Amino acid sequence: MLINEFLLLGAFLFCTGVYGVLARRNAVLVLMSIELILNAVNINLVAFSLRNDNVSGQVFALFVIAVAAAEVGVGLAMVLLVYRNRRSVALDELSEMKG
Amino acid sequence: MVAQHIGFGVIAAMMAVAAIRVVTTRYVVHAALWLVVVLAGVAAQFILLSAEFVAATQVLVYIGAVVVLFLFGTMLTRAKIGGEDQLTSRQWGIGIATALLLAGTMSAVLIDAFHAQKLPTASGGTPTELVSDSIFSTYLIPFWVLSIVLLAALVGAIVLARRD
Repeated sequence: MLINEFLLLGAFLFCTGVYGVLARRNAVLVLMSIELILNAVNINLVAFSLRNDNVSGQVFALFVIAVAAAEVGVGLAMVLLVYRNRRSVALDELSEMKG
Repeated sequence: MVAQHIGFGVIAAMMAVAAIRVVTTRYVVHAALWLVVVLAGVAAQFILLSAEFVAATQVLVYIGAVVVLFLFGTMLTRAKIGGEDQLTSRQWGIGIATALLLAGTMSAVLIDAFHAQKLPTASGGTPTELVSDSIFSTYLIPFWVLSIVLLAALVGAIVLARRD
């Protein structure tokens, strides 16, 4: 297997996630796009772990998975709070901090 | 080797379609279900890369927990069951431009740097023992910090989401 097959797949997933973060209006969908980005990173970490014959890449992938779980928990709690206060999770309506 | 290539190609194509559906579908629940396809594909790629433990963790944590959280979040924020036309913002053109620019740059750099480098043939996978030895010796301090992060996230999520 070529290493580039995995790295290009990771790059594609990453770019799809970036598009989702920029283009989606619903906060839950933005969090899902962030998951796509984190998974792209994990593919790269594990691919380099095999290439360099070093297990550290897999350990880092596990750490990223744990941090992503924590991030989704806090992120969804915040989305829930926004929904409770405003009856909507549309991100372009949250403009109080606009200068 | 050929079987590996075919497996990779099929799974990668499936993941690409599912990832695009996640960011374009008009239904929030469908996006969460397409996300399951992407995450399962990533787990399959981990097995191709001979990282079984990471693949198992991916299935347990992502497909088992994170997607359920997303479905709960969708339910609690009362997304419409039918399709919504307002899920994509008016600036989606900027998003497309940025994503294409990033994709072009990253593919050019990756192809330039690793154009025909081969991965070593995976011989029966990484023993989980190695992974755990590494976590509990070299990466012990980061592991502790991660435990604190998870605790803080747990407490923070409860504090944020409770009604008082």
